[in-house]
Amino acid sequence: MSERAAPARRRRRRSGGTVPWVWVLPAVAVVLAFRYVATGAGTWYAFTDWDGISRHATWVGLDNFHEIFEDPAARGALVHTLELAFAFVITANVIGLGIALGLHRTLKTRGLLRAIFFLPVVMSSLAVSYVWQFIFSYTGPLNTLLDTVGLESLKRPWTGDPTWALWTIFVVLVWQFVGLSMVMYLAGLEGIPEELDEASAVDGASTFRRFRKVTLPLLAPAITVSVTLSTIYGLGVFDQVLAVTGGGPVDASETLATQIYKQTFAFGRFGYGTALSLVLTVLITVLAVSQLFVLRARERRM
Amino acid sequence: MRRYTGWTLVREVLLILLAIAWMIPFYFLVIVAVKPDAEALQSPLSFPDSLHLSNFSTAWNDASLDRSLVNSLIITGGSVLALIAIGSICAYAIARRPGRMSTTLYFLFVLAIILPFQLGLVPTYAVMRDFGLVGSYLGIILLYTGIWMPFSVFLYTGFVLALPKEYEEASRVDGASALRTFRRVVFPLLRPVTGTVAIFTGLIIWNDFFLSLIYLNGTDKTPLPVAVYSFVGAFASRWNLIFAAVIVSLLPIMIFFLVAQRHLIRGFTGGIKT
Repeated sequence: MSERAAPARRRRRRSGGTVPWVWVLPAVAVVLAFRYVATGAGTWYAFTDWDGISRHATWVGLDNFHEIFEDPAARGALVHTLELAFAFVITANVIGLGIALGLHRTLKTRGLLRAIFFLPVVMSSLAVSYVWQFIFSYTGPLNTLLDTVGLESLKRPWTGDPTWALWTIFVVLVWQFVGLSMVMYLAGLEGIPEELDEASAVDGASTFRRFRKVTLPLLAPAITVSVTLSTIYGLGVFDQVLAVTGGGPVDASETLATQIYKQTFAFGRFGYGTALSLVLTVLITVLAVSQLFVLRARERRM
Repeated sequence: MRRYTGWTLVREVLLILLAIAWMIPFYFLVIVAVKPDAEALQSPLSFPDSLHLSNFSTAWNDASLDRSLVNSLIITGGSVLALIAIGSICAYAIARRPGRMSTTLYFLFVLAIILPFQLGLVPTYAVMRDFGLVGSYLGIILLYTGIWMPFSVFLYTGFVLALPKEYEEASRVDGASALRTFRRVVFPLLRPVTGTVAIFTGLIIWNDFFLSLIYLNGTDKTPLPVAVYSFVGAFASRWNLIFAAVIVSLLPIMIFFLVAQRHLIRGFTGGIKT
């Protein structure tokens, strides 16, 4: 080794420049394969009639998408997914924010209550959904309660009722997600300096006015995260549907994710299944990204 | 502001009532799970007369929950280890070699976070089936690793960028290799973010049903959620047995939650605030 090379090498070491690029290879390889190549292939297969077994798939243009918008089951799944996600996002965030505001500061049981509301978040959606299926069953607790309070006329097999089946899934989704929404809002509330709230209280602002003018604007980042995340979660709903209603009665509670699963793996229609996936992917991306833009712009205005 | 006023008491009572309502599903889960068949069928809602614990052994054996518990541990453990090992070294290289290359790579990972995985699901399944990776531990671990790697790299990169370089520089000057420096000096400093990655991805993978249903249903490698699903299929509306199986399948997470609730909530929200 020449003496002249030594200082140069030391300098390179000091700048940390000797971390070999090879280190990125495993991560880049799996992400390219499972995210990019897979998504690219999926986009192509969405325009084919591929059965998943043969090597060749025939290009069928927009046929799959025509079918999605014409077939009552697929169109129903699309509508249900949107209805469910819309109602779920609003409800879960309103309740989550409400609980967070209630729990924030001074409560003696704060830690315990936070744990109770968060518990459903960490549990298997599939497993807890069976408890809800029982609660909604004909001889289950909900109908028994209606009996006891003299509302027999409202009794029905909730998960087997075409109008209500979808909304039993909605209840499970809200119950499971509220805790997550709550901790996101709690984290946001903790970032609000107490002095700010106190100052406006001293100035004589009412509780509601303080909430609107001080708390809500400062919560904007938490709102962005919680709303976007619940949208993604709600649009992709699968476990709860399969466990509570199975998509029934007669497709009344099918969602895009359950249709993807059934069309692809039960009926072997891989091309059509990827077309449904493409619809779901576009839906999630467009809604989540536009929400991010709108809410971030709102954050800046506030 | 922090005074405990009458209004605070009202708030506290209301929230306690709501929390009790929130727990109702757990109440039914437990009381039905300890009833014998006849009682579960005739009066499912009454408080149980006696504890009928044999439901648990029936569920444990008939749903082969012992095997599924091991499967869940292998699959979740393997995926989380891969996400930590591969993700941290990749993020370290990206963070410590600034330039056009690392910016491009970083963008590649961030974009993948936004990209929903559902579209790639079907082609991935077909390719992995052709390689014999469907129905194997390796296949599902690879799949979870690929899907959650962008999160891991993203979280690690942010953390490494905020980390001072002095320690690793000292180690390099002392003559340690890059790998040794990473293992001995850098990786221990990454502990907080390693915890976040482990908790966040670990919980999601442990509870995942969709992918494990597609890849492992009908094999002997099914994790807990799929085992419960098959068990319900076989024992439809025998709620006492179903609920016993549900309780057993939830137990590991429940214990984890009781022991490390604070870390768990912090880690989970830490993973989300990206």
